[in-house]
Amino acid sequence: MIFDFLKAFVCGGLICVVGQILIDKTKLTSARILVLFVVAGCILGGIGVYEPFVNFAGCGATTPLPGFGYLLAKGVKEEIDNSGAIGIFTGGLKSSAGGISAAILAGLFCAVVFQPKSKK
Amino acid sequence: MNHITVTSNEFLKMVEKSSPKSNIFTNCLKAFFSGGLICGAAEIYFYFLENHLTISKEQAGLLVSATLIVIAAILTGMGIYSKLGKFCGAGTIVPITGFANSMASPAVEFKKEGFILGVGAKMFAVAGPVIVYGVLTSAIVGIIYFIGSKL
Repeated sequence: MIFDFLKAFVCGGLICVVGQILIDKTKLTSARILVLFVVAGCILGGIGVYEPFVNFAGCGATTPLPGFGYLLAKGVKEEIDNSGAIGIFTGGLKSSAGGISAAILAGLFCAVVFQPKSKK
Repeated sequence: MNHITVTSNEFLKMVEKSSPKSNIFTNCLKAFFSGGLICGAAEIYFYFLENHLTISKEQAGLLVSATLIVIAAILTGMGIYSKLGKFCGAGTIVPITGFANSMASPAVEFKKEGFILGVGAKMFAVAGPVIVYGVLTSAIVGIIYFIGSKL
C-alpha cells in the first residue's frame, strides 16, 4: 500500500517535472503542453509502452494527461478487437467518455454556481 | 549632459539581470511534489475503492478520474486552483485536474457572454484541441492496429 503510494507519487511527480521543464525551457503554453502530453500518451499507448508503466505506477501513470492519451489508444484497440474497423471511430471517445462528460458537467455546474473573480 | 552609453549587448545583459529569474530547479521541485501528491492521493483513493468497496479496476479508475475532475472544477470555481497553480506550475497542469481546470475556468469566466456562446463554447478553448488531436492520434493508432491485426 505505502509502496504503491510511493510509486504513484514518484512517477506522477516525474511526469509533471517533464512538463515543468517544457514550460520553462521552451515557453510552450499550457494548452500546447496538454495537447502534447495527450498525443504522446496515445502514441506510447499505441505501441504498447505505456501499459507496463501503468501496471507499475498505477495512478501515477493514469492521473497525468499521458494517461488520458493511453486510455484513448487502449479504447481503440479494444473496440477493434470487439467490433472490427468501426472501432477506429468509436474506441477513443468511448473509453474517455466518462472523463470528458465529468469535466463538461463539472464545468457547467461551476458556471451556474460560481461568479467570475475580477482579475487583478 | 550625461549620456548613458550602453551597447545593445550590455543592455540585454542588464535586462536579464533585473528580470526575475524563474529558477527551473525550484519550479521542478514544486511540480514534482504537487503533481506527485495528486497522483499519490489518487492511488490511495483507488486502493480504497478497489479493496474496500470491491469495485472493479476499470470502474475504480473511472471513479478516481471523475472525483479528481469534480474536485478540481470546484476549486477552480472558488478561485483556489489558480492560486495553487501559481505555486505548483506544471504540478497542477499535467494531472487530469489540469484538464478539468482548463474547462471550468473559462466556463465561469465567460458566464457573462451567455450560456451558449460564453460557457458552452469557451469551455472547449483548451479542452477542444486536446480532444481533437487525441482522437486524431487514437484513430491513427487504430488504423495501424487494425491493419496489423489483419496481417
